[in-house]
Amino acid sequence: MGAYILRRLASTVLVMGIVAVFVFLLLHLSPGDPAAIIAGDNATNEQIAAIRRQLGLDDALPVQFFRWLLAVLRGDLGISIFSNEPVLKLIGQRIEPTLSLALTTLVVAVTLAVSFGVIAAWKVGSFIDRALMVVSVIGFSVPVFVVGYVLIYTFSITLKWLPVQGYAPIDQGFGPWIERLILPSIALGLAYVALIARITRTAMLDVLAEDYIRTAKAKGVATRSMLLKHALKNAGVPIVTVIGIGVALLIGGVVITETVFNIPGVGRLVVDAISKRDYPIIQGVILIFSGVYVLVNLAVDLSYTLLDPRIRY
Amino acid sequence: MSTLTAEPALVAQNGRSRAAQLRRFVRRHPTIVAGGVILAIVALLALAAPLFAGDAITMHPAQRLRPPSDKDWFGTDHLGRDVFARTIYGARVSLLVGLCVAAVSIAVGLFIGLMAGYFRKIDAVVMRLMDGLMSIPAILLAIALVALTRASISTVIIAITIPEVPRVVRLVRAVVLGVREAPYVEAAVAGGTPTWKILARHILPSTINPLIVQATYICASAILIEAALSFLGAGTPPEIPTWGNMIAQSRLFLSRAPWTIFAPGIALALVVLAVNLLGDGLRDRLDPRLARRM
Repeated sequence: MGAYILRRLASTVLVMGIVAVFVFLLLHLSPGDPAAIIAGDNATNEQIAAIRRQLGLDDALPVQFFRWLLAVLRGDLGISIFSNEPVLKLIGQRIEPTLSLALTTLVVAVTLAVSFGVIAAWKVGSFIDRALMVVSVIGFSVPVFVVGYVLIYTFSITLKWLPVQGYAPIDQGFGPWIERLILPSIALGLAYVALIARITRTAMLDVLAEDYIRTAKAKGVATRSMLLKHALKNAGVPIVTVIGIGVALLIGGVVITETVFNIPGVGRLVVDAISKRDYPIIQGVILIFSGVYVLVNLAVDLSYTLLDPRIRY
Repeated sequence: MSTLTAEPALVAQNGRSRAAQLRRFVRRHPTIVAGGVILAIVALLALAAPLFAGDAITMHPAQRLRPPSDKDWFGTDHLGRDVFARTIYGARVSLLVGLCVAAVSIAVGLFIGLMAGYFRKIDAVVMRLMDGLMSIPAILLAIALVALTRASISTVIIAITIPEVPRVVRLVRAVVLGVREAPYVEAAVAGGTPTWKILARHILPSTINPLIVQATYICASAILIEAALSFLGAGTPPEIPTWGNMIAQSRLFLSRAPWTIFAPGIALALVVLAVNLLGDGLRDRLDPRLARRM
């Protein structure tokens, strides 16, 4: 077990290293002079030279890479070209709305999806089962921003039940905070719900066909206990795996959801950085988001032994 | 004996009209038919756009934000442009990007996957690189790639293809690992068949069915990512109408002119739904093992 954790940690470090190389190379793989690209079409030679100096682009590529990597390891993601502030500080200022949105979505989506999946597998072929299939196909097909505008139009503009957009920090009270997160979480969570519910249903169907479930039913175990204790617990591994993989959907979706609902989070930071070609910000955000994804999936892998004691490494 | 008994059935089958065969196919594979028909119609409309859709570019400031009517089927946007024409022209970009990304990522992924699965020496290195690439959320990677270069449709296609390749590589590699120890492959190796021939004749055919299914899912995902990039202003140049940039340009007018957002939104959802339906149907038909898992 200890050896497995060590091996798994080593491979995580390796993958993060590869991600770092990719993120670093992004700027250098593009055709042309990176400094000229960042400076834009109307830049003077002096401006381009200044950016060159600021990013240290005159050194050899490996030198640049190790300098950048050492800085990243120290927590220095570079300086924003546009605002001249450290990228990490800018991300820190914007992290609360993003975390709030991602965590609310995660909690709501997983709860809903697992419940739907369990019910659909239990009542296979029923109305709920078919409805779930329809919702999951729609969830995979309608993009986050279309769902978002339909929700805003229906619940904010027409019915006036919820605020149109924006974000209220949690220290201004739970009510305003959650009120502004309801629609964004639904928009962001729909595809995630579809994904998790489908896998939950499949995993539950496999487990419900097992002999021990029949035994449990025969000895009169209550349906609720049979579904949750006997079946769901044993269907846990694929469900948790897909929750981990789906975090990529969530991370990508955050960028779009924040734009639709005007939430001043890290996603907006990156979208604003695109138009200004503020490359250190784009690089820093990609690195952090990818890191979160890799760590979540590490946690998922390590959770297998807790979920299923039969798994030994 | 068996040929004798089989004969009447054979005659019956040959005698069966084309229409009956078609009906049977529709009954057996409703999702393939539904998805295919929707896509065929959209593709035809997109190709024939110059013949009937009208002008998608010219602004008519006097006719801005007109609701849908007999004259303007989908209304007009905040610059007085015809939303119907723009929606039809938008299909061109979506379909082009979807098809190109699917084709290129399958071709590149197939090559890398065959190599990684067959030549064990490069496998570990290639797969770690793919793991790294897969850890970067696709939309963010595409944003970064587009942000670095001048906005154009070909940049968008490349930027969306790169994050899709590792998924194809993984799939192909898994199939290759499954068949490379099969007796018929070992027999070919023992018989001195050249490696390229083993790959092309004995291993490649097993990858085709799962790849066709995968191609449809990549196409759907590419259409969604293209729309997202256009929506975020990091995609196709804004002067070319796409469903994503139509929605982005109209977002301030949601309460006054919802049709400017809902027309491209519904078109986008419909096309992705059609591709997904086609994919689900093909999966059930071509890859029954995977179909059972979903």
